[in-house]
Amino acid sequence: MEQTEGGTVMNNKLKPRRPLREKHYWEEWTGRIYTSICVVFLIVVMFSIVYFVASKGLSTFFQDGVSMREFLTGKTWNPTGEPAAYGALPFITGSFITTLLAALIASPLSLCAALFMTEIVPGKGKKILQPAIELLSGIPSVVYGFIGLSVIVPLLRSMFGGAGVGIAAGCLVLSVMILPTVTSIMADALSALPKGLRESSYALGATRWQTIYRVIIPTVLPALLTGIVLGMARAFGEALAVQMVIGNAPHVPTSLLESASTLTSVITLSMGNTTMGSVHNNALWSMALVLLVMTFVFVILVRLLERRNRV
Amino acid sequence: MFKKLPFILMTLTFVLVLAACGSKNDAGTEGSNNSTGETATELSGNILAVGSTALQPLVEQAGQKFMAVDEYKNVMVQVQGGGSGTGLTQVSEGQATIGNSDVFAEEKIDDAAKVSELKDHQVAVVAIAPVSNKDAGVQDLTKQQLIDIFSGKITNWKDVGGKDQAIVIVNRPSSSGTRATFENFALGTKVEDIQGSIQEDSSGTVKKLVAETPGAIGYLALSYLDDSLQVLKYEGVEATVENVEAGTYPVWAYEHMYTKGDPDAATKAFLDYILSDEIQQNDVTELGYIPVSGMKVKRDAAGTVTQ
Repeated sequence: MEQTEGGTVMNNKLKPRRPLREKHYWEEWTGRIYTSICVVFLIVVMFSIVYFVASKGLSTFFQDGVSMREFLTGKTWNPTGEPAAYGALPFITGSFITTLLAALIASPLSLCAALFMTEIVPGKGKKILQPAIELLSGIPSVVYGFIGLSVIVPLLRSMFGGAGVGIAAGCLVLSVMILPTVTSIMADALSALPKGLRESSYALGATRWQTIYRVIIPTVLPALLTGIVLGMARAFGEALAVQMVIGNAPHVPTSLLESASTLTSVITLSMGNTTMGSVHNNALWSMALVLLVMTFVFVILVRLLERRNRV
Repeated sequence: MFKKLPFILMTLTFVLVLAACGSKNDAGTEGSNNSTGETATELSGNILAVGSTALQPLVEQAGQKFMAVDEYKNVMVQVQGGGSGTGLTQVSEGQATIGNSDVFAEEKIDDAAKVSELKDHQVAVVAIAPVSNKDAGVQDLTKQQLIDIFSGKITNWKDVGGKDQAIVIVNRPSSSGTRATFENFALGTKVEDIQGSIQEDSSGTVKKLVAETPGAIGYLALSYLDDSLQVLKYEGVEATVENVEAGTYPVWAYEHMYTKGDPDAATKAFLDYILSDEIQQNDVTELGYIPVSGMKVKRDAAGTVTQ
């Protein structure tokens, strides 16, 4: 008796739901189809970008007969000279030096800002500092470039003499630009930390600094490094702001205050002035390929760090 | 009901925003319809001019005026930058109607067959003057002195009669049309980029750096010159419009608008319009170029000057 009653009750409840269920069924399928289309589209776009850059970039070596060794290790860049020289080493070193220095400057600042927001003054720090830092990431890079050109370059000029443009100005501008990326990733990692960890550290009698220094930082270190690597990836690809302050001389610099170039700055500087299909243009695409490969390396690094984080 | 409130509000805003955009567009098309309206005109078409950023302001301004003329209201002129190389590539491949360039196509495109397809229309002249920081203490440089400076043989202003001050070179990238002009007609030779020199692609940045950096030297189109810089005489000749027109000041180049083969009717009308007195005497000089009509000398792709 009871069972049948229960059955009827269930049936009664189910009846009005049936059309709903069908609606959900279709909703689910439209959702699935829509997401699959988007995913396929994304994959196609990604692969075509890689294919496009690779086909253009590699034709420098296979079609125009520039040796890959000369390209990667040659110190002279003189595509309009006789004979033309396509050594991209000055730009590759320029890119790496500015990126590394920018990361070196930005990482400690970001770590402190992230710790301040999550560990030291979580309430106010998050309310005031985080929006401020997020604001930094919204400023267009041309503005950073212009500030660099109008403030940092004259400052360096008056402090150290010379032209003021160069690696030093470039990495100062870049370090400010990557600050928000690194800080927000670090802050996310720190706030995702289980509370028990801190509490047990305090329970053992550790002070706040001891907890931060001995417990929190070592635990989230891979995530902190992920933040730094992502910041470096951004710095490596940044073009406009750097181009304005670095000076763009195609030489391996001997001092931080000397004009130098990065891969991106040289591409933006010359791409429009060269005709498609010329060796000079193809060589610029080869540099774009180097940038793309470096982005892959950064992504792989982040993946490796994440894996370590999980274990 | 209340749960849905934000959703409803959002939809409303969207609708409003869309409506606002829509009405703007409507206004735009209505406006052009009104002006196109009654008379069925002969000329219509789209003109896409791509290329040189140095020529872009002139073509843009001329394009606006051109489209405002009653006769040509069905012609749509679009102007894009991108650099001389891009302009020549796109016109040669047929993607653009007009390719704007600071240099002769022969200098950029190696393929002679492709060059011969292109038709050159010279619409203006740009003169380039060497400039230095005000405190360098030099007003006049000879060709040889310029060569020595830009090739790194002379590194101090005192060697050319100025102050004891290190020279900072502010150059253009080696692919730039302005640099090609400067090298061809002021130096007469290509120079390599020397270590420590600065390269900037935009005239504004070059001007800012030369004006602010002690001991800096660079070169700029006449339209960019003002009191913040020391304009240097070249071989004792001042860079003025009169001197360029008379052929006594040699550092100048044509601004080219290339078409692939002969231009179609609309494009031809536009090119003729740019060459008309209305544009040449007003806009061209206003924007700091020199009218081609005023030139008493001519120059061909090989650089040979004829009276």
